[in-house]
Amino acid sequence: MFDKTLAELAAGLQKGEFSSTELTGAWLERIKAEDSKYNSYITVTEEQAMAEARAADAAIAAGTAGPFTGLPIAHKDLFCTKGVRTSCGSKMLDNFISPYDATVVARFRQAGAVMLGKTNMDEFAMGSSNESSYYGPARNPWDPERVPGGSSGGSGVAVAARLAPAATGSDTGGSIRQPAALCGITGLKPTYGRVSRYGMVAFASSLDQGGPMAHTAEDCAMMLNVMAGFDPMDSTCLDREVPDYTATLNEPLQGLKIGLPKEYFSATLDPQIAERVHAAVAEFEKLGATVKEVSLPNTELCIPAYYIIAPAEASSNLSRFDGVRYGYRCDNPKDLEDMYKRSRGEGFGAEVKRRIMVGTYALCAGYYDAYYNKAQQIRRLIQQDFIRVLEEVDVIMGPTTPHPAFRIGEKSNDPVSMYMEDIYTLSLNLAGLPGMSVPCGQVDGLPVGLQIIGNYFAEAKLLNVAHRFQQATDWHKQAPAGI
Amino acid sequence: MSLDRSDVERIAHLARLQIDENDIPAYTENLSSILNLVDQMQQADTENVAPLANPLDAVQRLRADDVTETDQREQLQSVAPAVEEGLFLVPKVIE
Repeated sequence: MFDKTLAELAAGLQKGEFSSTELTGAWLERIKAEDSKYNSYITVTEEQAMAEARAADAAIAAGTAGPFTGLPIAHKDLFCTKGVRTSCGSKMLDNFISPYDATVVARFRQAGAVMLGKTNMDEFAMGSSNESSYYGPARNPWDPERVPGGSSGGSGVAVAARLAPAATGSDTGGSIRQPAALCGITGLKPTYGRVSRYGMVAFASSLDQGGPMAHTAEDCAMMLNVMAGFDPMDSTCLDREVPDYTATLNEPLQGLKIGLPKEYFSATLDPQIAERVHAAVAEFEKLGATVKEVSLPNTELCIPAYYIIAPAEASSNLSRFDGVRYGYRCDNPKDLEDMYKRSRGEGFGAEVKRRIMVGTYALCAGYYDAYYNKAQQIRRLIQQDFIRVLEEVDVIMGPTTPHPAFRIGEKSNDPVSMYMEDIYTLSLNLAGLPGMSVPCGQVDGLPVGLQIIGNYFAEAKLLNVAHRFQQATDWHKQAPAGI
Repeated sequence: MSLDRSDVERIAHLARLQIDENDIPAYTENLSSILNLVDQMQQADTENVAPLANPLDAVQRLRADDVTETDQREQLQSVAPAVEEGLFLVPKVIE
């Protein structure tokens, strides 16, 4: 049962092979027995899950079930869940019981999904390793001494270790795609504005986007069907038609034009990863695709531009955590300023404080043009690179990450070397484009991700491309040893 | 770009963050290396390039000027650290 995809579990529920109560109970038992090894959950919502499963079984019996009814999933702990702690991986929100549901959570509830719990993450989604979590790092099931990636590390681990059939994530600079790659699962970051950000704790508002993490592209399509669509509560959510993402999964790839950016295969890339990515591309050629080299000349500028824009927006967004309305408040403040400073100083971890300070500095009077404005100009250069290339090819492919999962602690004292791991993922957030990571091989027993990038609102095409690849290969079916 | 101790203290004050005395050297070093990284931006020629704030150049939607919020004060204040008679309590501000 634990190796089944969402699509297979949905079929089993429909045929009556098992009930949602049985399914949910089995997953909860497994979490209880196994998660101490991986630390993928911050909160397990057992009672609520069983109640939702019973309601799903009643809907199935009454014939009112939809395609998602009764399927258990986990939510990244930055999606607000009414009545359930939403910690964002931070001491600041350790005591925060959300008074409302994020739109993504509400849509899954509406669709009849069962929430197993809330997954571990880098604090306020700031990190590429899950090590900045107040609740300790989630561990990569392929090697528990290694990081699962981040920031949606807990979601990546929960799916890879078969502790949830699928999970939600959020991606500000690679936070869905990077852990998907390092954990050997499939993840999709949609076009900016495709999925509502309402109730998703804000990190960098012009970059943040929620999306699905699962074993297969087909499962991601099922989830995106639930998640995508207009929401009046998010002023940047776009009012555009949502296709049925499962309907076009099997379209043939004959004539698909693939671009390989030469900048993505430079010296910083582990040659073994390059080899796996080229092997995956060769698989697409067998499926009828053509391949050409393309150029994204401003690729390297994405790191400095991102590490101004994201901290600048974060410093502004995180000013709401002041110890007044919700979250942590220090003991015995001597005055208002002392309360602000100590609540924030004690409530935030080191990486969050670093980014708030970088952002504060960049937005200081006199520095705005040199930093934020310059970064936003570079952002347009990066976008123009993609627009030009996507006029010539249908999809861009490359590695998701330059290396496989690194060891816990290896980069935690060197933020800049950690930031370099995001080289292939950041630019999509800056440009607002959709991208996926799909398992495409292993290096020394650790998973490797193939990144597939498409044009604005081309999620259906990306899912189609990934699905056909998964019909032809079985990398997405590999499980870590002992699982 | 290299920061010194007083820069870090000033930035921390602007951001209303209390930083432990012993941690200031590490923050100074980390922030300086991050600023060195972002200084790579300065090599890029961005003359006449319009800044990109929204990837799809979308603008804010307008809506009818109607009251749409419901009164959720009690529910929203249930998670506040200190509340009295519908007000958030903070340390005394005016002497």
